[in-house]
Amino acid sequence: MTKKQRIMGIRLAVSAILFLAAVVTESKSAWSLLFYLFAYLSAGYDIPLKALRNIRYGQVFDENFLMTVATFGAIAVSALEEAVAVMLFYQVGELFNDYAVNQSRKSIQDLMDINPEYANLLRDGVEEQVDPYEVEVGDTIVIRPGEKVPLDGVVLRGSSSLDTKALTGESMPVEVEVGSNVISGSINLNGVLEVQTTRLFDDSTVAKILELVENASSRKAKAETFITKFARVYTPIVVTLALVLAILPPLILGGGWGTWIYRACSFLVVSCPCALVISVPLSFFGGLGAASKNGILLKGSNYMEAMASLDTVVFDKTGTLTNGRFEVSDVAPVHGAREALLELAALGEYHSNHPIALSVKKAYGKEVDPSRIDQAEEIPGYGIHARIEKDHVWHELYIGNRKLMKQQGITPDTPSAIMGTTLYLADETGYLGAIVISDSIREDVPSALAGLRQQGVRSLVMLTGDREEVGRAVADKLGLDQVFGNLLPGDKVSKVEALLGQKSFGRTLAFVGDGINDAPVLARADIGIAMGGIGSDAAVEAADVVIMDDEPSKIVDTIQIARKTMRIVQQNIVFAIGVKILVLVLVALGYASMWAAVFGDVGVSVLAILNAIRTLSYRRV
Amino acid sequence: MKKIIKLEGLCCANCAAKIEEGVKKLSGVKEASLSFMTQRLTIEVEDGREDSVVEEARKVAARVEPEAGFRVLR
Repeated sequence: MTKKQRIMGIRLAVSAILFLAAVVTESKSAWSLLFYLFAYLSAGYDIPLKALRNIRYGQVFDENFLMTVATFGAIAVSALEEAVAVMLFYQVGELFNDYAVNQSRKSIQDLMDINPEYANLLRDGVEEQVDPYEVEVGDTIVIRPGEKVPLDGVVLRGSSSLDTKALTGESMPVEVEVGSNVISGSINLNGVLEVQTTRLFDDSTVAKILELVENASSRKAKAETFITKFARVYTPIVVTLALVLAILPPLILGGGWGTWIYRACSFLVVSCPCALVISVPLSFFGGLGAASKNGILLKGSNYMEAMASLDTVVFDKTGTLTNGRFEVSDVAPVHGAREALLELAALGEYHSNHPIALSVKKAYGKEVDPSRIDQAEEIPGYGIHARIEKDHVWHELYIGNRKLMKQQGITPDTPSAIMGTTLYLADETGYLGAIVISDSIREDVPSALAGLRQQGVRSLVMLTGDREEVGRAVADKLGLDQVFGNLLPGDKVSKVEALLGQKSFGRTLAFVGDGINDAPVLARADIGIAMGGIGSDAAVEAADVVIMDDEPSKIVDTIQIARKTMRIVQQNIVFAIGVKILVLVLVALGYASMWAAVFGDVGVSVLAILNAIRTLSYRRV
Repeated sequence: MKKIIKLEGLCCANCAAKIEEGVKKLSGVKEASLSFMTQRLTIEVEDGREDSVVEEARKVAARVEPEAGFRVLR
């Protein structure tokens, strides 16, 4: 609690005691008048003062003024008890609002507590604690266990595990050693690291993320703009109605001024739209906070709104649905063990540095004895021919494509794979088998796609610069609805535009990419989602939603957080407006007293805020 | 040019909306947005008019919510 809030708390406690004393003594003595007076002053002496000041500045309809008129009016018709109660509860509500908002601000700040306070700069062997801003690119810094990595860089000495939870939401520590990249904002867990910086603080990951999070709530959702507009007309309307209520009925019915002024004052009590004006931005803020806790950064509440009504998700293939790395995905020997075939391939490809050769050697995983290879030659466009020693016998080994097999008079019975490349192996005895090397589908993808379907995403589309057949093979395997291949980066934009025209009315389209080469598409889609935000500036810059790590299933989390947030926002709007209108009607008809009006103002606002705070918590289901 | 201002102690959401509205109307302001939750006022200012706009914005803020601070972040 701040000092201001503590003082207010004491004032309200005093006021409440005096109020009780006044109620108890009301019928017995004149003391009660004094008690009421002081209870009122203690709770809200500053309200009429503020109202006066604001009128001087030309603001008539502010809440201070409304509360002043309402309570003075009540006093005028000798409803003392109500006048004090209105002021007391109004202030209690304000205090509560203030406290709740501060708490949420704080909890989000704690969440994003990744800002490094200092860096240990190593200069001529001497360590010095400096502001991260002062460190230049290429400087060496020392990071001890428990300290935050202040700037992005490369490890020169030492090894350790880094906690990147605050950045990615991922609780598994990341192991780093000499040569690894370290990302600012992560926490060094055990070893001492010497790191050479690769970026200035301003350009570092941590500065970029903080900038993004701080700016997030400046792009407002439609619901927020609606509330601001509503608030602007709501108060004048209710005040006008109050005025009409105070004057017209007594004139028409002849008399009863006291009753109608009392009702008009009750109107004024309900005329403040605080419940909405605070709870709606608070809900969005909480939702954004819950998302960033899970390693998802949204650049504005408007994207929260858009994520809640996702209709079409368009994926880039390489790097998003697939790993973008070529790996041995299948080994099919005619006879014997897969391992034996891989060994032969690794021997044959030993001298080659072709990406395919590299992935074969990686899949084999063992050191190859070079003395077992003789006369390896590359046959451009076909493959490799080499003499290989196996079980003390030398073999003539041929590794390559179908054309090479044909040249050797062999017809392999393994069909070539659609996805990726097939390597055929043969020796003097005949066909040996095939090895398929392909880009693999990312582990998380199938469950992410299932999750998207479950969330009501109607259409899943894939765009790729790869051959159409390759794209189709991946799409079939994953059960996507549409696939477009052979696309240049520019074609992707026009495809997305076409898809934007096809989506259901009022719903949105998201494009998911890794941020490399797809900035224009990210910008064109309703929502541009970039994966692997850490370390990729392009992604953070171009996208509307940044998923910090590499898990596509975070998109499902984002939808769920967005839906929950929107649900809470809608509940609050309907609840607050509904109760206020109900109270107004009941008060006008004389069925409700000023006490109901107090609930319509303070009660609603407290409940709406408590509801709004729920957005902060999210657990994956 | 983008100017970012922190309004510390901004405690009334209605006032935030009023300040935003007021700043938007200032001449030289292309776009303005005040987030009640982060207490940040972001103003997109026409080039060369930064100083006068910030001064005017300061007046708007002081008029609506004199209790809030006004710190130009950049």
